[in-house]
Amino acid sequence: MSQRDIKRLTLFLLFAPFALWILLLIVLPHIGMGYLALREKIGPRQYEFGFGNFVEFAMEPIYWNTLLRTGSMSLLVTALALIVGFPIAYYIAKIANYRTRGAMFLLCLIPLWVSDLIRAFGWILLLRETGVISSSLQAIGLIDAPVELLYNDVTVVIGLVYTVMLFMIVPLVSTLDGMDNSMIEAGYNLGGSGLTVLRRIIIPYAMPGIVSGCIIVFMLTAGSYLTPILLGGKNSSWFTEMIYEQFITRYNWEAGATFGFLLLAFTSLVVWLGLKLSRQTLAGTVARS
Amino acid sequence: MTYGKMTALMASAAFLGAVALPGAAVQAETLRLLTWGSYAPEEVIQKFEEKYPDIDVEVTFSNNEEMIAKLRATGGAGFDLAQPSHDRIYAAQLEYNIYKPMDLSKIDTSIYEEKLLDGVKANTTIDGEVYSVPHQWGTSGLMADKTKAPDFKGWGDLCDPQYKGRTSMRLKRTILLGTAFAMGEDPFAAYADLDKYQAILDKVVDKLIECKDNVKAYWKGGDDLSALMLSGEIVASETWDSTAFRLYSQNPNIVFVPPATGALAWIDTFTLPRKGEADDAAYKWINFVMQPEIVELMSASSGGTSARKGGRDLLPADKKAAVNAAFTDEDIANLQFFANIPPGVEDMEGKALEKIKAATGG
Amino acid sequence: MTSGPVSDLECANISKNFGPIRAVDDVSFEIPSGSFFSILGPSGCGKTTLMRMIAGFETPSAGDIRIKGKSVVAAPPNKRNVKMVFQHLALFPMMNVFENIAYGLRCSGTPKSDIPGKVQNVLDRIALPDVGQREIHQLSGGQKQRIAIARCMVLDPDVLLLDEPLGALDLKLREAMKIELKLLQHQFNTTFVYITHDQSEALVMSDRVAVMNNGRFEQIGRPQELYHAPTSAFVAGFVGDSNRWAGRVVDADAQSAKIETADGLVTECAQRAVHSLSGGDAVDLFVRPEFIAVGRQDASREGAAAGGTTLTGTVDSILFNGANSRVLVRSASNALIEADVTLTGGDADFREGDSVALTWSARNAMGFRSDGSRAGGTAGGNAA
Repeated sequence: MSQRDIKRLTLFLLFAPFALWILLLIVLPHIGMGYLALREKIGPRQYEFGFGNFVEFAMEPIYWNTLLRTGSMSLLVTALALIVGFPIAYYIAKIANYRTRGAMFLLCLIPLWVSDLIRAFGWILLLRETGVISSSLQAIGLIDAPVELLYNDVTVVIGLVYTVMLFMIVPLVSTLDGMDNSMIEAGYNLGGSGLTVLRRIIIPYAMPGIVSGCIIVFMLTAGSYLTPILLGGKNSSWFTEMIYEQFITRYNWEAGATFGFLLLAFTSLVVWLGLKLSRQTLAGTVARS
Repeated sequence: MTYGKMTALMASAAFLGAVALPGAAVQAETLRLLTWGSYAPEEVIQKFEEKYPDIDVEVTFSNNEEMIAKLRATGGAGFDLAQPSHDRIYAAQLEYNIYKPMDLSKIDTSIYEEKLLDGVKANTTIDGEVYSVPHQWGTSGLMADKTKAPDFKGWGDLCDPQYKGRTSMRLKRTILLGTAFAMGEDPFAAYADLDKYQAILDKVVDKLIECKDNVKAYWKGGDDLSALMLSGEIVASETWDSTAFRLYSQNPNIVFVPPATGALAWIDTFTLPRKGEADDAAYKWINFVMQPEIVELMSASSGGTSARKGGRDLLPADKKAAVNAAFTDEDIANLQFFANIPPGVEDMEGKALEKIKAATGG
Repeated sequence: MTSGPVSDLECANISKNFGPIRAVDDVSFEIPSGSFFSILGPSGCGKTTLMRMIAGFETPSAGDIRIKGKSVVAAPPNKRNVKMVFQHLALFPMMNVFENIAYGLRCSGTPKSDIPGKVQNVLDRIALPDVGQREIHQLSGGQKQRIAIARCMVLDPDVLLLDEPLGALDLKLREAMKIELKLLQHQFNTTFVYITHDQSEALVMSDRVAVMNNGRFEQIGRPQELYHAPTSAFVAGFVGDSNRWAGRVVDADAQSAKIETADGLVTECAQRAVHSLSGGDAVDLFVRPEFIAVGRQDASREGAAAGGTTLTGTVDSILFNGANSRVLVRSASNALIEADVTLTGGDADFREGDSVALTWSARNAMGFRSDGSRAGGTAGGNAA
C-alpha cells in the first residue's frame, strides 16, 4: 500500500462515521418523510401519489396561522435572546477576567444540564397562580390577590429565551473574543460616543456572530416542543405540537410529514431572508463559529 | 413521556427493527411490555420474575396514541404485549395491521367479568378472530371540590359562568364526547353516519370555543391536573376517575362526579403485537396479573378496576371509599362504554380539537 | 532645550498605580508644538500606560495632563483632541478605507458634504489618492500604516500618539516607514508622540527622546545627547551598543578616573558633569564599539594617546555584517571586547587569531556609580 493509499484510507475512515450519521439519521429519514408527504390517503391502507397534503395545508387557515404564529414568536424570542445575550456576551468576552468568565459560562450552561421537562416544571412551580412568585408578591404586599403568570404567550417567550440563551451567547462570545480591544478604543479615540462605537464598530464587527447565534436560536425555538406546550395557555398552539398531533394522535403520518417539511422550508426561508438582509453568508457565520 | 424520551424510544425501536433481524433468536426469554405508566409496578414484575425465573420483563410506558404509533412504525414489532384501550384496536388493526389474534384457550377466561369480556370481544373481533381481552377498566368523568362547587353535576357545568376561570379540561376526544352527551346527542350512535357525526362535532366545537373563556387551562396529564386541583386554582375539571380517587385520599372534599349523562368508561386490554416474539410469556403475564393478590397490587398502583369478577372488591380500601363516594349503582348502570372508533373519526375529531385550540377566546 | 510659550502636551507629576504596582512613577514632561517626541523603554517600563493615560483610556492616580494648556484628566477619550495610531493599527475591517477615515469626521459632526473632500485631501497628502474604495484587507502593510495615520490626521489633532506602530512590519518596510513617518510629521506639522522599545526608531525620527525605565523617565534629550552624554547607566546601556563592565575606581582626580574592571582591565575614564567618580566607587563602565580603534599589535604603539587606554589581545571571532562588522577580541586578562572594524575583503582584514591592540580615549569611556540598581540594556523592569 502506498503512502497515498494509506492517507486516503485514513481520510475515508475518519469521514465514515460522519457520513453514516448524515446518511442514516438525516438523509434517509428525510427521504422517508418526503415519500410520506407526497402520499395521499384514500382509504384504509390505500394511498395515492400527489400533493393533496400540501393543498390541505394551504386550505386550512388554522395550520398556516399556527405556522406563522410559531415563526413570529420564534423571531421575537430570537430578538429578545439577542438583546439579553449581547451584553452578557460582551461582558464575558471583553470585561470579565478569566475566572469570572468561566463562572459566567457555567451559569449559561446550567439550564442545559437540566432536562427540558424538569426546567419547564420549574417554571410552572414558580409562575403558577399559587406558585412561588405569586405568593411572594402577596407576602410583601405588592399585590392583594393571587396572579396567574403561567399559561400565556409571555411565559412561553420568557421560557424559550431562557432555554436558548447559551446558543446565542457562545457564537457572540467567540466573535467578540476575536475583536481586538484596540478596535473599540480606536472607536472612542476618533471621537465616537459609546452609542456610536456600539452601532458603527462593535455590532458590525460582531455581525457574523449575531447572525449565527440568531440562526441557531431561531431554528431551536421554532423546533422546540416541550416549553411551548407546558408553559403555553389555552390559545398558544405551536407548530411542532401540530406535527406531533398529526403523527401520534391522528395517525396521520402523511400530514405530519408534510407539516414537518413545511416547517423546514419555512425556517429555511426565514434564515435565508435574514442572511440576505444582514448581507452575511452561511459560510461566514454559522460555519465560522 | 417526554418528547425526547419518546423519540429516543422510537428511534431505538426502529433501530432494533432494523438490526435485530427476525432470525436472531431471543435467548433467555424477554417479555417486552408496552403499557400505561402505572400498569407494571415494580413489585408485580419482581413477583412474576420469581415465578418464571427464565423470563425477563422489560417495560415501556406509553399511552394509546403512542402505543399505536410505535407499533405502526415497526409493523407490530419490538414488543410482545401491548395494552391499548378497547376502542383503539379495531380501526388500528384494519388500517395498519399491527396486532395478531389471541388464542383464548391459553387464558383462563372463566375468571373475567362476563359483561366486560364479551364487550371487549365484540369490539375487537375481526374476521371471526378475537384480538383482545380486558385487563382493567375505569371511567372518565368530572371531579369537583364539594366545598366550592357543590352543585357540579354534568359536562355542561364546566362552562357554567359561575366557575369562570376555575375549571379545566383535557383537549382530547373525551371532552368532545362528553359535551356532545351533555347537549343531548348520542355521538356513539352517530359513528355509523359520519355526516351526522360531523354535524354534532360542529355544535360541540362552537360550544367549547364559547366555553374557552371559562377554562383556566387545558391539562395535559395527571400531574398537572392534580396540581391545579390540589392548589385550589381550579374547583372542577374533567378527569380520569383514578386521578380523582388519588386526590380524594389527599383531600376528601375532592370527589369524582359521574356526569348526569353517564361517565365514559374505558377498558384497557391485553393485545398481542403482530410481530411479538414471546407469546407464551405474554399469556403467562396475562394470567399472572389477573390473580386476586396481583390484582390488588395493580389496582393500588393504577387506580383502575380489574376486569376480574368482583374486581371492585379488590380495590384498596381508600380507593373503594372513593369509588363508593362517587358512584351509586345507578351510576354504574349508566356507564357509557367508549364505542369503537371507526376509521376517519380520529381525523374529524382532531380537526375539531385544532379549531378549539386555535380559536381566540379568553 | 527651551519650550515654546504653549506646549501641545504637558504632563505634570503623573503616576499610575495598578494595585500595589506602580506602573508610572511621577513623570513630568512638556512637548513643544510640532515636534516629534519619542518615549523609549523596554517592554513593561510603563510607556504604554503613560500613552493610554494621555489618550484617556486610563485615569492617572496622581498628576495632571494638559493639552494646549488645558487639563484633560476629566475628559473622556472621545472628547480629547488626541488621536492615536494603535500598535496593530486597529483599522475597522468592516469599513472600506473611505469609511475608516470618514468615521471620525462623522463622529465630530462634520457636514456630510464636506466629508468626501476632507477624506480625499488627506489621502492625497499621504500619497494614496486612489485607495478610498478599497477594503482594508486589500492594502499592503505600509499602506495600512499610512491610512491609520490619515484616519487620525483628518481630524486635525493637537497631538498624535503612535504606539509602536512599526512593530508588526518586516525589517525593510520598517526602515522605509521610519523615514516616511518623519516626513509625514514634517508635512502635517503636528506634535507626534511615538512610543517604542526600538532605540533606532527613536533615534532616527525624534526631535527629542525620553528614556523610560521602571515607570520613570531616566533622561530626556536630543538623540545625540542620549547617545553621547547619557546621564545614567541605564541610558548608556539601553541606547546604542556598548561594552559593559563592572569595576571599581582605583584612582580619581577632577579630570579623570582610573578604573579596574572585574576582568582585570584597567582603563582611564573622563569625569562627567553628573556622576563624578571618586576612589573606591563601584562603577559600571561603558565603551561603545565604534570608539574602540583596532590596530595590528606591532604598529599601534603610538596610538596610546594621553588619558586613553590601550590594551592587547587576540581576535576571537569576526562578526561580519557589512558596514557594521565587528571583531570580538579576547584581552590578556581574558575579557571579551567588541570593537567596530571595517572589513574590505582585502588582505589587510583581521582574521581570527590575529594579535591586535585596542585603543580608546578617556572621553569615550563612560563610568557610572552603580548605586545598587543594576539596570542594564537588556534587563527590563517588571512593571505592568
